[in-house]
Amino acid sequence: MEIQVAAVPGKPSFDKLRVAILGSGNIGTDLLIKVLRSEYLQCGAFVGRNLSSPGMAKAMSLGVTVSSESISYIEKHPGCCELVFDATSASDHRQHAPILERMGKIAIDLTPAQVGRMCVPSVNMRDCLEASNVNMITCGGQASLPIAHALQLSQAEIDYIEVVSSIASRSAGPATRRNLDEYIHTTEKGIKAFSGSHRAKAILNLNPAQPCINMQTTILAKVENPNIPGLQEALKKVLEMVQAYVPGYQVIVGPLIENGRIVTMVRVSGLGDYLPSYAGNLDIINCAAIATAEEFARNLRRPVQSV
Amino acid sequence: MRSILISDPSLRDGNHAVQHSLTVKQVAAYCDAVDAAGVPIVEVGHGNGIGASSLQLGESSATDGDLLKTAREHLPHSKLGVHMIPGFATIEKDLKPAIEAGVDVVRVAAHCTEADITERHIGYAREKGRTVYGVLMMSHMASKEMLAEEAQKMESYGAEGFIFMDSSGHYLPEDVTERVKTLRSALSVPVGFHAHNNLGMAIANSVAAADAGAEMLDGTARGFGAGAGNAQLEVLIAVLERLGYKTGIDLYKVLDAADLAEKELMKVVPTISSVSVVSGLSGVFSGFLKPVVRAAQQFKVDPRDIFFELGRRKIVAGQEDIIIEVASDLSKKLTGAR
Repeated sequence: MEIQVAAVPGKPSFDKLRVAILGSGNIGTDLLIKVLRSEYLQCGAFVGRNLSSPGMAKAMSLGVTVSSESISYIEKHPGCCELVFDATSASDHRQHAPILERMGKIAIDLTPAQVGRMCVPSVNMRDCLEASNVNMITCGGQASLPIAHALQLSQAEIDYIEVVSSIASRSAGPATRRNLDEYIHTTEKGIKAFSGSHRAKAILNLNPAQPCINMQTTILAKVENPNIPGLQEALKKVLEMVQAYVPGYQVIVGPLIENGRIVTMVRVSGLGDYLPSYAGNLDIINCAAIATAEEFARNLRRPVQSV
Repeated sequence: MRSILISDPSLRDGNHAVQHSLTVKQVAAYCDAVDAAGVPIVEVGHGNGIGASSLQLGESSATDGDLLKTAREHLPHSKLGVHMIPGFATIEKDLKPAIEAGVDVVRVAAHCTEADITERHIGYAREKGRTVYGVLMMSHMASKEMLAEEAQKMESYGAEGFIFMDSSGHYLPEDVTERVKTLRSALSVPVGFHAHNNLGMAIANSVAAADAGAEMLDGTARGFGAGAGNAQLEVLIAVLERLGYKTGIDLYKVLDAADLAEKELMKVVPTISSVSVVSGLSGVFSGFLKPVVRAAQQFKVDPRDIFFELGRRKIVAGQEDIIIEVASDLSKKLTGAR
């Protein structure tokens, strides 16, 4: 079924890129709030499977077109969007990807399905604009890969990188929990691709402490003859670029050498859009997805005109 | 006379005590000894289970594959077990090869409040026809009601038994008694208990578990395990025998196995060090002992302060990286105060 709610009054929509959000969980709902705030994007449809989910209720309260028909809604209403954010699960995205491809929709995949081109906006966003399916890797990937890339830029040769993320239990919804294996495999693939490291390992911890912990990620690297000043220099630039789209991203420890490895620790506090600011994991992947979609919008469209 | 099923994770938990350096030769020697003693289940691997070798937790000297293959060859009678934590190990990279190496018992573990991350792994191991137990670690961090709720999830995923771990060695006997009772009334599968000895309670707590109806207990040779060690296997067998519980284990041979373990496996016999007492009191994972002592030296701070701060922040097993953050913060505060 479909519920049509009067469009939000305000700016005319034709200059903005129409997007649909697939998946009404934590990720999808937080994305929606970010889309509604964007100068480049507008939400054509918010679709999931369950109209009584908290995410759906939120979307309805915001006056967005919602549907419980999931991907079928987009198939039946091809005009609802040009770009689709997929915030379902890895196995669902593997089914959605060929459908979206056939329909000529750009897909920005927030699941660890490993279908599209891996994208870290601060590193390779421009290269992703030619792809029809862009994969946002994982939250741990978005937090760690800018650092992994800074390691590549500053170190002669990297033997091994390990990325350990801890997130608040409350910020991990059912799909995240079911996808832990995919999270690990996809993050490891991302580490190798964005750092040139020979070997990689990803670890994810869920911590139920109250008050909730902020997302924290530690990047451990084994490097022959570490160059710490070089890394500090590279990090400065990288940090600036990441903070442009994720304001709550900061290095809290290091880079330093402990027990023969380079240790850098980042903390991400979120914008607090749908879930509170502790859910930096959700915020960082969504901020990256929005930054990428906006880049698509700027690329596809004439500049937004003011009215 | 009631039976207690004994699991011996000396070759897994003990790896914490030697920075995950157990070799195939050591595994072979100990397996020969405990197989002869009739120990029903022998658990082998990195201290945090298969797939856990890492900079974060310590790198294993031997691969999971080599350790399991060796153990399999030297356990003609005993079942071979592994511990696995989703978030560290995956089905494809770790569990599938372990099962192909001939593992009989898979214990899928999660932090005490996060049982739902184990669903796929429990399901997979069941599908492959293995015996599967659900394990909740750091169980003192959940109320008994919440623990029972999480354990029920594991049962619903297919776990054929449930083990709760006192990973910090924090419990007193009455804590164990009430948890076993609550779990027994909530579950239809057998309940088990895994002790640590930080407050000197490992054997007393294991006895409390058995008396309250637990049907499975873990013990390690000389207590060879993380931090202050586990319930000492050979003592546990003797105590259970006196109490009239049946384990099917040959006392003389398990005593011999413990002597061999002391000689062949450990650099020092586990003891309740002063720092381990604080680790138990603060309710922090026993496996943090070595990295905490190391960070205390590097950042010139008191390891006991690190443990209490980790406890205050409710850090869970697997978050070893936070030790460096806490040590560095404490050292900054000290420097700032000067």
